[in-house]
Amino acid sequence: MTLFGYRVPMMASLLVWCVIWELVGQSGAMFLIPPLSDVLVAAVALVQTGTWQAAAVTTLNSFLIGMFFAILVGIILGVLMGRFQAVDNLLGIWVNIFVSAPLSALVPVLMILFGMGETTVVVTVFLFAVWIIVLDTRAGIQGVPNSLIEMGRSYGASPLALYGKIILLAALPEILAGIRLGVVRGVKGVVIGQLLVSILGYGELFELYSRNFDMENFWALTIILFAAAMGLSALIENIEKRVDYYAGVR
Amino acid sequence: MRNITAHAASAAAHPAGADVAVEVRGVCKMYSEVEALRSIDLDFPAGKLTTLLGPSGCGKTTLLKIIAGLIPATSGEIRVNGKTVTGPGPERAFVFQDFALMPWATVMRNVAFGLELKGMGKDERQSIAARYINEVGLAGFENKYPHELSGGMRQRVGLARAFAVNADVLLLDEPFSAVDEQNRRKFQEDLLRLVALEKKTFIFVTHSIEEAVYCSDRIVILSRRPGRIAQIIEPEIDRSASPDAIRRDQGYLDTVEEIWQGLKRYVD
Repeated sequence: MTLFGYRVPMMASLLVWCVIWELVGQSGAMFLIPPLSDVLVAAVALVQTGTWQAAAVTTLNSFLIGMFFAILVGIILGVLMGRFQAVDNLLGIWVNIFVSAPLSALVPVLMILFGMGETTVVVTVFLFAVWIIVLDTRAGIQGVPNSLIEMGRSYGASPLALYGKIILLAALPEILAGIRLGVVRGVKGVVIGQLLVSILGYGELFELYSRNFDMENFWALTIILFAAAMGLSALIENIEKRVDYYAGVR
Repeated sequence: MRNITAHAASAAAHPAGADVAVEVRGVCKMYSEVEALRSIDLDFPAGKLTTLLGPSGCGKTTLLKIIAGLIPATSGEIRVNGKTVTGPGPERAFVFQDFALMPWATVMRNVAFGLELKGMGKDERQSIAARYINEVGLAGFENKYPHELSGGMRQRVGLARAFAVNADVLLLDEPFSAVDEQNRRKFQEDLLRLVALEKKTFIFVTHSIEEAVYCSDRIVILSRRPGRIAQIIEPEIDRSASPDAIRRDQGYLDTVEEIWQGLKRYVD
């Protein structure tokens, strides 16, 4: 973007909003919004506390386990749906319902099924993330050129080699896009899960700070979470760019 | 030029004496209600380049893929070197119209891929691949990726991959149709050199009459759907002449004209 002939750096818009936040905070108009500088000071102090570190470890743990199963199941289901019409007919409607359904509403039911512990959070992460991975993998598999599959068959590829050396690699750009979107949804899932269970990790801290109107720490927690989610997404986007060179060829 | 008309087709379809690499016996193909091929009987002489030529939708690519074992025939059978085949096999290698290269793999890995699937060790398959990369004129491009190559060069990779597995029969499905005109001419000349060098059986599908006459020992013309053998022609062109001389040869031009007269009625 250029403004008055000058090239504006990419993060400049963020700076504008930071300044506005600081000004609103300093004016003291809303007690819900403390000055950004206070929030940042709180963030630095927060990450050094044992409470935050324990919460972060719990949260990360639930998130990673949930994402692991979401990616595994998502890719397997996506491949099956992309390759076999019968599976696609059988599961397609459910995947499409769940990908757009307000899954937060299901969390209380999950609590009945899986208890008030980490398992519920893991299942929430899984349910938030898995459907978009299924859909993107399916799209990727369906986009694999038929001639590549025929090539594998005519040169004697075993079914395992056909999938491992050709089909999955050819669908990799879409699979990665699905995982990136799944990660973003998984972060939502972990926070919503923990908030509703409300005695675990980040959710517990959110509850604690918002109930006590400890807005500096509340916002510090939020900023750290947003930064982590954006960082993860950017990391996968970076991997996506590396495989982009062959997506363009198809 | 030797023109074998449809009346004598059954005699010509089974050339006496010559070694036969691929036999097609009573092959029919139905796509649900549509009849793509009707009782095709055809022999492909070993060590020769035979072209399947015909109007679009005549089933020439279908026939080639049935020979490759990629799609099943509704009835009839295919014999390669005397043995009936039902699926793909190592004695046949396929060259694809859209190249079918793996975009994430280098030229070297693409060419060696058939050998990789056979479980050959890395050093061995790379040395074989290097030889064929050199033979198709891509030396120096071993570590390039397909998107860094022109269409003509990509198809050279596809050809090298087919040569590398050392199959007896090479099946080429409109290999030059996605290559621009100038590259195509050069490629056709190179192909003829490789046909003479490799002593393999080539089955070639094209819709270009000039290409068919220029490259083939034998041209099988298929009629419009349902595909049947309409005519078999042996151009009998002296290939020791230079490529440019062949393209101005009266026999070459007459053959092109004759095929065009035969095919004209199929064009809308």
